[in-house]
Amino acid sequence: MRKLTYAKAINEAQHIAMRKNNDVFQIGVGINTPWYVGQTMNGLLDAFGEKRMIDTPVSENGTTGIAIGAALTGLKPILTFPRMDFMYYAMDQICNHAATYNYMFGGNSPVPLVIRAIINRKGEQAAQHSQALHGLFMHIPGLKVVMPSNPYDAKGMLLASIEDNNPVIYIDDRELYSSEGDVPEGYYIVPLDKAKIELPGNDITIVSSSYTLETVRKAIEMTKQKNISVELIDLRSIKPIDKKTILNSLKKTGRIVVVDGGWVTGGVASEIVSIVSSEGFEYLKAAPVKIALPDIPAPASYVLENEYYPDENKIFQVIKEIVNKE
Amino acid sequence: MNKELYVNILQKMIEIRVFEERVAKIAKNNEIQTPVHLYVGQEAIASTVCSVLNNDDYVVSTHRSHGHYIAKGGDLNKIMAEIYCRETGCSKGHGGSMHIIDRSVGYLGSSAIVAGSVSIAVGAAFTAKLKGTNQVSVAFFGDGATDEGVFYESLNFATLYKLPIIFVCENNGFSTHLPGFTRQSNPIVSERIKGFNINVEKVDGNNPLEILDSITKIVDIARKGDGPSLLECDTFRWLSHVGYWQDLDVGYRKKKDVEMWMDRCPIKFFSNVLLEKNILTEKEINKMWTSIKDKIEDYVLFAKKSPLPNPVNLFDGLYS
Repeated sequence: MRKLTYAKAINEAQHIAMRKNNDVFQIGVGINTPWYVGQTMNGLLDAFGEKRMIDTPVSENGTTGIAIGAALTGLKPILTFPRMDFMYYAMDQICNHAATYNYMFGGNSPVPLVIRAIINRKGEQAAQHSQALHGLFMHIPGLKVVMPSNPYDAKGMLLASIEDNNPVIYIDDRELYSSEGDVPEGYYIVPLDKAKIELPGNDITIVSSSYTLETVRKAIEMTKQKNISVELIDLRSIKPIDKKTILNSLKKTGRIVVVDGGWVTGGVASEIVSIVSSEGFEYLKAAPVKIALPDIPAPASYVLENEYYPDENKIFQVIKEIVNKE
Repeated sequence: MNKELYVNILQKMIEIRVFEERVAKIAKNNEIQTPVHLYVGQEAIASTVCSVLNNDDYVVSTHRSHGHYIAKGGDLNKIMAEIYCRETGCSKGHGGSMHIIDRSVGYLGSSAIVAGSVSIAVGAAFTAKLKGTNQVSVAFFGDGATDEGVFYESLNFATLYKLPIIFVCENNGFSTHLPGFTRQSNPIVSERIKGFNINVEKVDGNNPLEILDSITKIVDIARKGDGPSLLECDTFRWLSHVGYWQDLDVGYRKKKDVEMWMDRCPIKFFSNVLLEKNILTEKEINKMWTSIKDKIEDYVLFAKKSPLPNPVNLFDGLYS
């Protein structure tokens, strides 16, 4: 099979979707600029024109409402936030409107909206250009939240998000853009509610997602010398979380570490630890562990960044400690 | 002079008045808990604006939504049932008074977030333009909404893209309890927004003739593709921000002001217009009131007889 980069896979999905359905259009602050969105929007403006590729005024709140209004009236918008941090401007529209409308109107008002959010990180960009907010949106009923970690899922989950009749927050990560993987040609979808066992194993379950998985994979390489058999789960879907896959894995291994790219308090790592503690208690041979960002806004200086983001050594250390507990 | 149109407008105004006063009674009797924000006194605006719209033109509004829903032709059994939070309500008991919807007549739903639905209306106009239909989109909102930033974002986008949207500002002088002059450096909305290069008109919101004259022109401009307009309608709500009270004793408004506005009742005014122009007789107008009052009782009965939602179905409608 041919290989594509993660960025190219996202790009290809959008070309396919916009060719397949004339009601699909793109809107967002900065979508047509070459530097905000990497290679992910290449060729779309040329192929589909200004009428379907709307680079908006710097008005995230209004733009989101406009996308919602378009979704309510028969169009299929892909609303992009090139920096996830700037989504806060749109919180009212996302949480009070897109997320509530179908339920609040008794099932009579679906909002088929794809919100694509790009995580930026490091490069001394600091606190307002580096946030991963999947944990925040996981809390809001009515939304779906997905985070593909590889090119195959990136393309398939974006196509699936566009097909979905609900507001889906599709989160991709700049640091993954040049990573490569097998990607089939043409149209295919990846379900929005299933985690994936990336590596089967017996001693310990690690759950992670998106860019953080790259660091986890490096840690897993290190565990090979110690004969530790790791079962690696790629979460893929943040809301809903695939509890079944996680609990089945825990049943097998009895030990779990969640490595998450958001903050340690109240996010995805906390939620999964809560799930396994209450619903998988009988399977636990050791306490579940969270590895996530400390509760600090991202610092600028690279030495602080290196301390802030968990690296493979830290993860490896944690794995060794848990497995060696008996 | 379109006699049939005038009669329809008066009929709608009376319908809204009777409906709202009936809901006030229901609230007073503690038959419902959902907070009701009543449109009594503002009937001319919804009735006249919607009278020149087509069924497939889009309308959104706010927490004070009953008037717009009714004026756009929304199902009256379903709105009454929704106020009673029954399963047969337009939102299946999930929305209550503030979240009503009737997509079959283009009423896209009411949002209780101040200015929350304005940009959504712009989105609907965007669809109309992209698809090349000649639909228009109307956003109803109060003067309070013009304090919110997203209102200006919406004006900007709509004018930049020349969208077929009409912003109808029902300026009743208050945002809950705060008068405009305490909140706004320029309390006249139509003056304040002139810098957006948008077509602006300002009318007496209690005079259907003035409203009709403006809205007819404005809708024509939008349908032709010549862009958005803002129509500021000066009016007054007779009752409290929420509930069935008159709010004379809580300090933010005076009895004499309320009485002055009640004297300028839009229904009384327009009834006189129709009488003077020999379009309707006194008898015919009285008959309108009676027949509407009877129908409203039917809707109340429908609502009361309807089942409450089944708690077993709590999750229904979460995802489509």
